Amino acid sequence: MLDDFMLRATLAGLAVALATGPLGCFVVWRRMAYFGDATAHAAILGVALALGFQISIFIGTMVVALVMAMIVSVLAGRGWAMDTTLGVLAHSALAFGLVAVSFLPAVRVDLSAYLFGDILAVSRFDLAVIATGSFLVLGLILWRWAALLTATLNEDLAHASGINPGHERLVLTLALAVVVAVALKIVGALLIAALLIIPAAAARNFARSPESMALGAIIIGGLSVWGGLQLSLLQDTPSGPSIVVFAAMIFLVTTIAGTVLQKRSGR
Amino acid sequence: MSLISAVGLGVSYGGRKVLFDIDFQLERGEIVTIVGPNGSGKTTFLRALLGVVAPSRGRVTRAKGVSVGYVPQRLHIDPGLPLPVSRFLSLPKRRSTSEIATVLERVGVPDVARQNMATLSGGQFQRVLLARALLVKPDILMLDEPTAGLDQPGVASFYRLIDEVRREIGCAVLSVSHDLHVVMSASDRVICINGHVCCEGAPHVVRAAPEYRALFGLGTGGALALYQHSHDHEHDHDHNHDHEEDHAHHAG
Repeated sequence: MLDDFMLRATLAGLAVALATGPLGCFVVWRRMAYFGDATAHAAILGVALALGFQISIFIGTMVVALVMAMIVSVLAGRGWAMDTTLGVLAHSALAFGLVAVSFLPAVRVDLSAYLFGDILAVSRFDLAVIATGSFLVLGLILWRWAALLTATLNEDLAHASGINPGHERLVLTLALAVVVAVALKIVGALLIAALLIIPAAAARNFARSPESMALGAIIIGGLSVWGGLQLSLLQDTPSGPSIVVFAAMIFLVTTIAGTVLQKRSGR
Repeated sequence: MSLISAVGLGVSYGGRKVLFDIDFQLERGEIVTIVGPNGSGKTTFLRALLGVVAPSRGRVTRAKGVSVGYVPQRLHIDPGLPLPVSRFLSLPKRRSTSEIATVLERVGVPDVARQNMATLSGGQFQRVLLARALLVKPDILMLDEPTAGLDQPGVASFYRLIDEVRREIGCAVLSVSHDLHVVMSASDRVICINGHVCCEGAPHVVRAAPEYRALFGLGTGGALALYQHSHDHEHDHDHNHDHEEDHAHHAG
């Protein structure tokens, strides 16, 4: 069982889509796109450290992503505009990571696998870790759903309802770090944010409620994984970017369809 | 025992004292209005009572089991978030369809349950916010400039609604407001804040207080004085509509 690399790749991708769908919605609703980028780019530094200290890549990327997310949270709103802070951090993290990897002469590192993903090389062990991480994130978000949504809407309103918005922010930060660690293998550090944002944005075009948008994002993410893998197999294109290309096409189609439908219903 | 009280409350942001030495109690069923110029710390005071900002001095005590219905000043909903009214009212706690229908009926917007929040008019939006606050069966209704952005008739009818609701459920109402002429006359107590409590008391006492005049006398000047003049003459009549036109006329 699970001998076929395509089957493993597809399952791993679908598992990640379960987590990136709802998390991506929060990234869109809370305008955390750049935040996701900064956290994901930091993963390369995590890879370098993991290889250097000979620890699991999953652990290395998750820890560094988490530290990065914490730094961003602390620095947010101090002195610089948010997008400047995040721009500095996102690109610095990537550059530091790339330089750090070059200090590892003993290991022949295939950098492109970490930058753009290597979903076709998912082993059984990888699959187990990816599935566990994805289900953990999905479970966490489902458990906190109402509180997360309330805190996203308005922090004062959340407080008045007995919800601590700080806790909910922490939940999302944790979820993001885990997603970065498990999605690294699927689409790579450069495109993790795309996997979060594009399916959610595409789902927004027809969603009528937060729940239907999250579900739509999961389905679109899953379709993108499947379509991207087929494209990659048939045309020998890089798998990670192929998945994102597929997602982008779905976004385009739903945007056009959404606009047409809206015009027809006269709104 | 008071529903909520503050003793020696002070709040600072980055070394700047926004509020200091505030003592405050709210009793059951009371209507209290907080007035003050922009930047006087009114909203901060409300947020300190809500527990959003931690006091840097003193403390805020809320009686056990007191529920607070909060109507924020503004609620920006990201266009990326599709949110039907019924879903908004079910956050964070699920409410039944009939509960939602009843409360929407009560606030005078019975047909919006399935509408997206983004498509509501300003007046409908405020009423939906009020509906959400009412769903918790509040002992205290806290309103932060709830009528900002509404036109004069809208403001008047919103406050009439608040007044009706208060009579029905007997909650205390604590509001922060700029709409002095509408709110003050309906209040048991007015607290004028400018970092600290400048003056407080029954509306007519505050209105006559030199501290209040010093803060508001010049700013809103003639319009307010004229309005209060006409109001003093017919305070027992319910001539709301005339009042607004009267006021609008003088203000213009």
